[in-house]
Amino acid sequence: MKNKLLPLSITFIFIIIFIVFYKGLKDTNVYTPESKINNEVPSLVVDLFDTGKTVNTKDIFQSDKFYLLNIWSSWCVPCKEEHPILMELRNNDRLKVIGMNYKDNKDNAKNFLEKLGNPYEKIIFDSKGTIAIEWGAYGVPESFLIYNNVIIRKYIGPLNKVSVEEIKSYIK
Amino acid sequence: MKILKLFLIIFLIFSINALKADNEVIKNKITKNLRCLICQGQSVYDSDSEFANSLKIVVDNKINEGLSEKQIYSYFQSKYGEWILYDPLFNKNTYFLWLLPLLIFFIGGAIIFNKFVKKQK
Repeated sequence: MKNKLLPLSITFIFIIIFIVFYKGLKDTNVYTPESKINNEVPSLVVDLFDTGKTVNTKDIFQSDKFYLLNIWSSWCVPCKEEHPILMELRNNDRLKVIGMNYKDNKDNAKNFLEKLGNPYEKIIFDSKGTIAIEWGAYGVPESFLIYNNVIIRKYIGPLNKVSVEEIKSYIK
Repeated sequence: MKILKLFLIIFLIFSINALKADNEVIKNKITKNLRCLICQGQSVYDSDSEFANSLKIVVDNKINEGLSEKQIYSYFQSKYGEWILYDPLFNKNTYFLWLLPLLIFFIGGAIIFNKFVKKQK
C-alpha cells in the first residue's frame, strides 16, 4: 500500500503542476490594474486649466448628472485619435465632458485644442501627474464615467466605437 | 552668547538634514517595493517613466503628511490593487501565499525527523 501511495501522489502533484503551467501559457503577462469602479470621486483641490482658479473636484461633479472625465495630453498620440469621439460626445445633452490635462506644456495644450476643437466643459490642470494617481489612473488617455459622484465605468486607452455605444447606453 | 547661537544654528541645520535623510531612506524603501505599471518588471524606484516619476512625488507628499509606510502601501493598494506591491500585505487573500512556505518547511522537517528517528531505532 505504501509503495503504491508514493508514485500516485507524485503523479498527482505533476498533473496539478502541468495544469497550472498550461493555463499560465494562455494568460497575458501584461497586467492591467483592477478597474476600481463604484468608488466615490476623490475630493481634491485642483487648478483649472484656463482660469488658474482652484476648485474642489466635488464641486465640478454634481450629483444626478453624467460626467465623462478624460485624461489627455498634447504629446499623447492616442489622444488625437480619440478626440473626434469626444467632440461627438460633447453634443450629447445628458453628458458633460471634463478634461484633465496630464503633465503637459500649457501652450502646446492650447494649440492642441485650437487645432482639434475643445470638447471639455472644464479642464483640470495636472502638471505633476499626481491628481491622476488620486483617480487610480496610470497613463493617457484614460476616461471615467461618473454618475452621482460615483465612478461607474473606467476606460483605459483611447475611446472607440464600442465604448461610445456603452456610454450612450448608460446615459439613456 | 554668540557662540551659543552659532551652536544652536549648526545643531538645527544638522537635525533638519538628518530628518531629510531619514525621509529619503523611507521613500527609497517604499518606491523599491512599488511596481511600475507602465514598465512592468521594474520597480518605481528603478523606472523613469512619467507614471513612476509622479508616483515618487506622491510618496514624498504622503511621507510629509505623516503617513506611515503601511498606510502608504494601503493607499496605493486601494488605487491600483494588490499587484502594485512587490511584497503583498498579510491579509485574508494572502494567508496561503505567506504561510505555504512555512507549512512546507514544517512538513519537510517532520518527514526528515521521522526518518532520522526511525533509522536511529
